[in-house]
Amino acid sequence: MQETGTKLAESKCPELIEAFPQAVLSVDDYLGDLSISVRASEIRPIVRFLKETPSQCYEFLMDLFGMDYEGYERETPGRFAVIYGFYSHSRKTRLRLKVFLPKNEIDSIHDIYKAANWLEREAWDMFGIQFKGHPNLKRILCHHEFKGHPLRKDFPSNNYQRLRTALPSTEL
Amino acid sequence: MRLNLGPSHPATHGTLRVFVELDGEIIRNMKLEIGYLHRCFEKMSETHTWNQVIPYTDRLNYVSAMMNNVGYVMAVEKLLGIEVPKRTQRIRVIMCELSRIIDHLVAIGTNAVDVGALTCFWYFFRERENIYDLFEAVCGARLTTSFTRVGGLYKDLPEGWTQWCRKVLANLPRSLDDVEGLLTTNRIWIDRTRGVAPISKQDALDYGFTGPCLRACGVGYDVRKAHPYYDYDKFDWSLITEEEGDTYARYLVRLGEMRESMKIVEQALDDLPDGPVNVDDWSIALPPKDQVYGSIEGLMAHFKLIMHGIKPPAGEVYSYTEAANGELGFFVVSDGTGRPFRVRVRPPCFAIYQAFPQMCQGQTISDAIAALGSLNIVAGELDR
Repeated sequence: MQETGTKLAESKCPELIEAFPQAVLSVDDYLGDLSISVRASEIRPIVRFLKETPSQCYEFLMDLFGMDYEGYERETPGRFAVIYGFYSHSRKTRLRLKVFLPKNEIDSIHDIYKAANWLEREAWDMFGIQFKGHPNLKRILCHHEFKGHPLRKDFPSNNYQRLRTALPSTEL
Repeated sequence: MRLNLGPSHPATHGTLRVFVELDGEIIRNMKLEIGYLHRCFEKMSETHTWNQVIPYTDRLNYVSAMMNNVGYVMAVEKLLGIEVPKRTQRIRVIMCELSRIIDHLVAIGTNAVDVGALTCFWYFFRERENIYDLFEAVCGARLTTSFTRVGGLYKDLPEGWTQWCRKVLANLPRSLDDVEGLLTTNRIWIDRTRGVAPISKQDALDYGFTGPCLRACGVGYDVRKAHPYYDYDKFDWSLITEEEGDTYARYLVRLGEMRESMKIVEQALDDLPDGPVNVDDWSIALPPKDQVYGSIEGLMAHFKLIMHGIKPPAGEVYSYTEAANGELGFFVVSDGTGRPFRVRVRPPCFAIYQAFPQMCQGQTISDAIAALGSLNIVAGELDR
């Protein structure tokens, strides 16, 4: 882990650092939002740890979405990231995991949180991020014949595609 | 038998496609297709200034547009590090709670129509119209309100509005009592809703349920209680929860919440301070009109704000409010320019609708229709 933020990390999430000393890359606490950047390869054990360890007890996967940092004002470790928002109802705490993707792919967590299934499909649809092990990684909001991943920064916002075929029921 | 329902069907209240495999009348398997109402909210936000996104938020949950307006500007205000005046906070609370009431009126009213009880619908929609009149008076629009602005509101309340609001509220209990009398102990309503499409507490948490659907499973999570914003902790109101997690429990929770929302609105009206509604910062809120027409500084500030927009410092925050359907979250990223780098909305419906096939497993088609109404899926918010 980087030197900067070490203290912050130890005060905010000591258990996570202790359990995954190599995987936690940096910790940020901007305006009270705890955000932890972790290695993509460790995502499944970390998410399992957050859900199942009694000291963590994050029952909710509130959100999961992609990010494209192309052209962002600050330097980032990579272009694409997946952001996970966790919430613990019993502890009333929130945690954001940020994972930069070296190869535009990451392990799916659909079997850990049921909420992840559609959210991962949406991240695939919008950013073209591959979720390995996902049972049904298809487009969810865009038309099934749509070309491109619209929330990528290099996708023009006026792109118009004429699509009219309904999705056959066999492919639902 | 395989049957295709929707995407355009009166019982889907929007454009939802449901494909079911039936064994007789029993649903053995269900598949969903969503996205028919996808309008690229998140992409469009990146091409507009921060304030220009507000009209787009109306179209998320269009049944309670005010709450989306408030949820979005709260996120931008968090990014800017500003707090809006007390009066604005109170007005936003009033608007949010009135919106919650109309949202629940629609949810219960249409749910009752789906199972054949048309009268409740008329009783509730009369009250809904009255509340829409209140909205129309403050912002000129009934459905797509765009009432909030970053750092304040479009306008202060018009003369006499608070008395009018009290009058509308005074009428509301009659309708609630009428519908409660018609439904709560009604044999047919109970037969059609009790035990229909239940979901366990564990599954509801796992799917990310929030709002009335979660509270109907016995989990007392409400952003207004757990992380109070705008002085929600200072108002006297209680959390409504039920244990069964079925369609009937969701109905009871919504009915109870409307009465609690009324309490909050009344307290907010009693304690409505005077003062400006916008923050006193011309780089965020528009200067008063006499300054725009009467001074060069005012004119410049107005021009800059309209042409270049607000410029929050670079950074990313997540802000969340309790909307009618659950936690409405906005994750906003600024890169210091006048336009959002990214706006991500966490729509409560998305998580809830994902569980629909599991909830309907082994139920009949007519039960699925009753359940769909009780989940209050709003396609605008689901598909964004």
